[in-house]
Amino acid sequence: MTETVTENGLSYHFVVPGDDFTRAGEASGSIKSILKKLGIRPDVVRKVAISMYEGEINLVIHAGGGEIDVEIGPEAVDIVLTDHGPGIPDVAKAMEEGWSTATAQVRNLGFGAGMGLPNMKKYSDEMHIDSTVGVGTTVTMRVYL
Amino acid sequence: MSTAKELAEKNGFTLACGDGLRQVQGVYCCDLLSIVMGRAPADSAWVTVMGNLNSIAVAVLADVACIVLAENMPLDADAQARAEAENVTVLRTSLPVFEAAVKMAQ
Repeated sequence: MTETVTENGLSYHFVVPGDDFTRAGEASGSIKSILKKLGIRPDVVRKVAISMYEGEINLVIHAGGGEIDVEIGPEAVDIVLTDHGPGIPDVAKAMEEGWSTATAQVRNLGFGAGMGLPNMKKYSDEMHIDSTVGVGTTVTMRVYL
Repeated sequence: MSTAKELAEKNGFTLACGDGLRQVQGVYCCDLLSIVMGRAPADSAWVTVMGNLNSIAVAVLADVACIVLAENMPLDADAQARAEAENVTVLRTSLPVFEAAVKMAQ
């Protein structure tokens, strides 16, 4: 994790390794701790933690890893997840609850319920997906403080 | 309202990890982690058979009061280490998920 103090607040950068379930959740856990220390309301902390963790897990499961940038500003927390994975052929389908392309191995770990993207949309206040097959995916989320 | 430790003592569950001092409000049962992430209420006792590392991450991020491992399912060594580091309370019981939940709710 790298931390930068910017004009608008605090900025964090994480590199998320692919297929490493032992480290999945480290980035989200770090941001959760930071928000708690900053005295952010618990319900807002939970929204950020859940939406970011789902994105982090998606990077691990589907994209071979990626990067997460988080900015904590005076009004909102902005989260940008970037990967160079296979991309999402049908974003609308991927947003449906229960739709998943996770492997049996991943499902055995308790993932692959097809709730990742729907949870990210539910717990963030704004979300945008920009995905190109064969190039990668960028998901941006905003949670207001 | 009881603490996780009080719930364990009352119901004959084992305190496997953590101080058990958080107050428990409600019980939630599920094994699929994304569903737990999206739907487990904060401060609830989460009953599951999943005792792996990712369960601990979900418990932290969804902010549940404790995990209750049903069916005497094991807590993996790395999960135990993470739970201790994050002060996540884990209770264990030989009861199946439904019976563990019913007992806590009584």
